Amino acid sequence: MKERIKIYVWLFISNLFISAFTFGGGYIVVPMVRRFLVVKKRYFSEEDLINMAAVAQSAPGAIAINLSALSGYKAAGITGALISCVAAVIPPLVILAFISTFYKAFVGNTVIAAILKGMEAGVAALMVDLIMNMCSLILKEKSLFLSAMIPLAFTANFLWNINVAMILFFCCFLCVLRVFYKKEKRI
Amino acid sequence: MSVWNLFITFLKIGLLSIGGGYAIIPLIQEQVVVSNSWISEKVFTDIITISQMTPGPLAVNTSTFVGLQIGGIAGALAATIGCISCGVMISLFLYTFFLTHEKSIYVMEMQKGLKSASLGLIISAAFTIVLLALYGTAAPGTDFLSPNGIAVFIFSAMLLMVRKGNVHPVAVMLISGVAGFILYR
Repeated sequence: MKERIKIYVWLFISNLFISAFTFGGGYIVVPMVRRFLVVKKRYFSEEDLINMAAVAQSAPGAIAINLSALSGYKAAGITGALISCVAAVIPPLVILAFISTFYKAFVGNTVIAAILKGMEAGVAALMVDLIMNMCSLILKEKSLFLSAMIPLAFTANFLWNINVAMILFFCCFLCVLRVFYKKEKRI
Repeated sequence: MSVWNLFITFLKIGLLSIGGGYAIIPLIQEQVVVSNSWISEKVFTDIITISQMTPGPLAVNTSTFVGLQIGGIAGALAATIGCISCGVMISLFLYTFFLTHEKSIYVMEMQKGLKSASLGLIISAAFTIVLLALYGTAAPGTDFLSPNGIAVFIFSAMLLMVRKGNVHPVAVMLISGVAGFILYR
């Protein structure tokens, strides 16, 4: 029981931090969760994290929140998921409630603009680091199909602007076809 | 306008927004500005700007702020909970489905494929982030030979720190923020 409460507390604190440093799109949550829950606490593996990221992207809503919920669930069940979600929502709520009274001054502030511009480069660096780690994990499988899926999904989304849900659905379809093909070959 | 209305509206928005992040903005605009005229176009544009400037996922920030403007703290809670609950429940459902059918060959292969595709999508998002950070725009036709020198410097320094120094992501955010404060002012 004591162990359980320790996990709850860690989930709460880490998600407060993660949410408070989410700038430049929800994807930054992936390297953050990796650091807080995979590297530091080993609640689950890097492999699990990519699985969760895939599911979080397939479902509607904010990817960051979906991923927080899934990582909380994996670490400590439904209560863990709830705690993570609550913690992820608190920082924006507090900060925005505070700012909403004088937001006009906030938007025009050059100091804040300079800090955000610096953080933008920091987020970019964190994302590149994450990709380097994750690519090596998939290339390790040494499957042409799985390796080719990475540039394919990238091209479909980045160059052709195809909807994320469509891409993931089509990917599932290809996977099922591949199983049929493999079974066929064995007979 | 009741808090319940706000909750239902954002529940709809949360359910319909697939792909996360910026995909949700036109949906919120449709519901809040056009259909219900709870706030004006001008205020909505301000809200998007603030949501991008403050920490937290964009979808959560936008719904929180819209809720605040319309119904105070209760409105903010209703909008945020509405916005995230469908996504969270569907994610948990999908994830547990994958876990309970782990042994099925179809689910196993699908999960492997989804992992790769998901990584491709993360790379796509990262590409946009890097372009925005280094060139200030991700639009095609950008002059890729002339990036912003300061941004390149911060980016390279931070990348070196995480790769070689294993620096914590939160520390990276803080340091790059301070660097921006010093170098851009």
